[in-house]
Amino acid sequence: MFRSVLEGSAAAPDMMVVVNGVETPAWNGETVASVLLRVPNAGRISPVSGKPRLPYCQMGVCFDCLAVVDGIASTQGCLVPVKPGMRIDIQRGPREIAR
Amino acid sequence: MTYDVLIVGAGPAGMSAAVQLSRDGLAVAVVDEQPAPGGQIWRGVERNMSGPVSRALGADYRKGLALVEAFRASKAEYMPETQVWQIEEGWSVFLTSGGRARRVSARIVLLATGAQERPVPFPGWTLPGVMTVGAAQILLKSGGMLPEGRVWIAGAGPLPLLYATQALDLGGRLAGYLDTAGRPGLAVLQKLPGAWRDLAGLAKGAGWLRALRRKVDIVRDVKDLRAEGEGRLEHIEWSRHGKRQRVEADVLLVHEGVVPRIHETLALGCAHDWRAGQGYFAPRLGRWGEASRSGLFVAGDAGGIGGWSAAMVSGEIAALGIAARLGKGGDVEERRRQARLDDRRARALALRPLLDALYPPLRERLPDETIVCRCEEVTAGTIRAVTRTSVPDPNAVKAATRCGMGPCQGRQCGYTVQALLAEVHGVPVGSVAFFNIRPPLKPITLAEIASLEDMETAG
Amino acid sequence: MNADVLVIGGGLHGLSAALQSARRGASVTLVERHFLGRHASGATAAGVRALGRHPAELPLSLEAAGDWHRMSELVGDDCGFVACGQLQVAEDEAAFSAVKARVERLQAKGFTHERIVGPDELRTLVPDLSAHCLGGAWAIADGSADPHRTIRAFRDAALAAGVRVTEECKVIALTRRSDFWRAETSQGSIEAKVVVNAGGAWAADVAALAGDPLHHAIRTSMMVVTERTVARIGPVVSSLGRKLSFKQTAQGTLLIGGGSQGRLAADRQSATVDVVALASSVKAAVRLFPTVGGLRIVRTWAGMEAMTEDHLPVIGFSRRVEGLVHAFGFSGHGFQLVPSVGRVLADLICEGRTKHDLTAFDTNRVAAERAAA
Repeated sequence: MFRSVLEGSAAAPDMMVVVNGVETPAWNGETVASVLLRVPNAGRISPVSGKPRLPYCQMGVCFDCLAVVDGIASTQGCLVPVKPGMRIDIQRGPREIAR
Repeated sequence: MTYDVLIVGAGPAGMSAAVQLSRDGLAVAVVDEQPAPGGQIWRGVERNMSGPVSRALGADYRKGLALVEAFRASKAEYMPETQVWQIEEGWSVFLTSGGRARRVSARIVLLATGAQERPVPFPGWTLPGVMTVGAAQILLKSGGMLPEGRVWIAGAGPLPLLYATQALDLGGRLAGYLDTAGRPGLAVLQKLPGAWRDLAGLAKGAGWLRALRRKVDIVRDVKDLRAEGEGRLEHIEWSRHGKRQRVEADVLLVHEGVVPRIHETLALGCAHDWRAGQGYFAPRLGRWGEASRSGLFVAGDAGGIGGWSAAMVSGEIAALGIAARLGKGGDVEERRRQARLDDRRARALALRPLLDALYPPLRERLPDETIVCRCEEVTAGTIRAVTRTSVPDPNAVKAATRCGMGPCQGRQCGYTVQALLAEVHGVPVGSVAFFNIRPPLKPITLAEIASLEDMETAG
Repeated sequence: MNADVLVIGGGLHGLSAALQSARRGASVTLVERHFLGRHASGATAAGVRALGRHPAELPLSLEAAGDWHRMSELVGDDCGFVACGQLQVAEDEAAFSAVKARVERLQAKGFTHERIVGPDELRTLVPDLSAHCLGGAWAIADGSADPHRTIRAFRDAALAAGVRVTEECKVIALTRRSDFWRAETSQGSIEAKVVVNAGGAWAADVAALAGDPLHHAIRTSMMVVTERTVARIGPVVSSLGRKLSFKQTAQGTLLIGGGSQGRLAADRQSATVDVVALASSVKAAVRLFPTVGGLRIVRTWAGMEAMTEDHLPVIGFSRRVEGLVHAFGFSGHGFQLVPSVGRVLADLICEGRTKHDLTAFDTNRVAAERAAA
């Protein structure tokens, strides 16, 4: 849905993160929610209707960017800067209790 | 740790206040959700001082660097990536960062929490592919991100114009621009004389519009917007002069202005006033930015939308008021005059009446099937049905429908519920309240709250 | 005369009394200062619990237990009631002995609603329970309901039975005439033969207006609700000696309460959450269920309700004023009693007496001196 203008340039990405098990390029300064918008079908699944959602507000108020980040569920992806090797997994419906 | 002043938010208002209060010899801490100072307006400015993204973001954006540098150089203690989840009078402020809760004390709290975009519900607004213009601009500032495919913008106000200009400068493409503002009425003319005080601002807006017209189809008088698709956005539809139009779309960016962040002041039970012209609640503030709770100050957009330069001035004014309250700062009235703060603020706000008149809050009738509460997925129809047999109190609607009970705590549905209650009961919108806001302001974990008890016994 | 009965207070007890009186032919008006269920009834964890009840409350509680299993017959909706059982856990030997002693006393009197479970059965009932729990008391017929759905069901049933319900209506004055009451309210005056004081946390204010001064404390029990999670925990769980009740709702959220008290405003009109005090309940919950620590709290709140010194409600006629019936002071455990107490109140209103022994709930327990005229 989105691409980074830095993506096309010759320079290598600043880091790789792992989204749903797949190595994905990422740039300094961007957030987990930002990465989710470059990966197909990376949105969360609503625990109410089971319908897919993608990050909406990018400023911490909508909670549509909730993801499992390095094993921590219901993390607001738009408030978390990416770090090299970060594991990002989508949250499907109601989360597990122990996670 | 007890600070003289705890500032929430490291945007224009919070940083200005922090710089000045530190200079006056006060112990200041600044808490901010973001990883770097600048607020949403100057987000990532330290990183974005060169390269194509920097050029596209423009001169106003780069202006933020000076304040960010002054803030970094100040003695204020800066706590990035930290959320405030509870504020108790006295003042105790409960924070969380890195998955750990803690409590700090302060003699004064200054809320400089800024604004959020006004939630714009319409059928299909929860589909992947629909997001706000502000969100897209944040993505541009933080990762140089541009939307791909058939990208439409729908909305009103200066931000969509600015964003469209920036995106096009970076080689982005727009399929079309849907202007939902309608044609300005005569009322706008009355606001023009004041607006001339900010000629540069007027010229800027006009420039964005001219640049945009050359490159993109602008559709005016757009009504009844609707997004459709299976699992993601595929089409958008709207009415213009009674005719429906339907186009293919991959990304739809919407914007209908911004509103102050008021969850903190609501949770503290501060008095708020309804601003009918702008369609939002703002905390009632005194001359120095003090809210109705003694020792709690508000500066910047959180106290009413004014933009970054007004926010900087209001941060300075609040800083003077706070210093005086703590027995520092000398003759603050004289300093206020010397720095011409009131005049600077008036200039910074000169364009506001014109903008308010050009872009009044949208008041379209929401179709019943529209999801109002994104979290609990409660529709306008459900809320209308419940409202018919209840008093016009959003808390009654919340109890009956779960609307506003999700993790966003009404940040996305509060004003819509208010409007629906007013519609059903035939009362003015401003006579209906907002939800009661309960702690926590941000969803901390059970383990974090449990850890507070140990903290207390440990002293 | 506008009505036979004026019920003051639109919580569940007021609604239940209004509904059941109207069903017996009384004309009933109910007034509520805010909106129905605004305070304790909307803030409750909605536990349907006979487990651990004070013996004096047991007859009413066991009658109510039967009502909950047939709630549709009373109000046309099950109120979200699920007979998931309630489990009181013993976390140490002393607690386990106390639980066993209580259940033995009950069984000696012929009550069978509670039984002792050992560690293995405990684990079968709630697999996520911490290993340190030794056993507990299990009430299989207990459960929990949805408080907001219960309020709506009682309201709709009351309206259907002909009760006139007026919200945002505050009673300003109550005057006893020869054989009727005249109530001045923010929405005009109402005359009724009998007034029911179901004023909850403000019951003393209502009583004072009626010339029957009495005193009670105000409980401000706090609750925590988490984000939605996958369904895992069946029963409602409490722990003897700890301020904890714990359940998973139909939506999948966890609801944690148990009596930690919030801060009551000086004017006694509102209460706010005290997060440090709340920490003890939450800590107790995490100790019982170590796996839940990572769940996010979505909201907390403090409900308000009247509390008596002996934690038993006040139910019955005023001893000093004619035509006044009190029903308040449920002290944090009145939700389950709603159907049976409403029936008792309808007995008193419509027949002047009830088969239930109300001695333990007598108003004299809370009477205050009348101010000199």
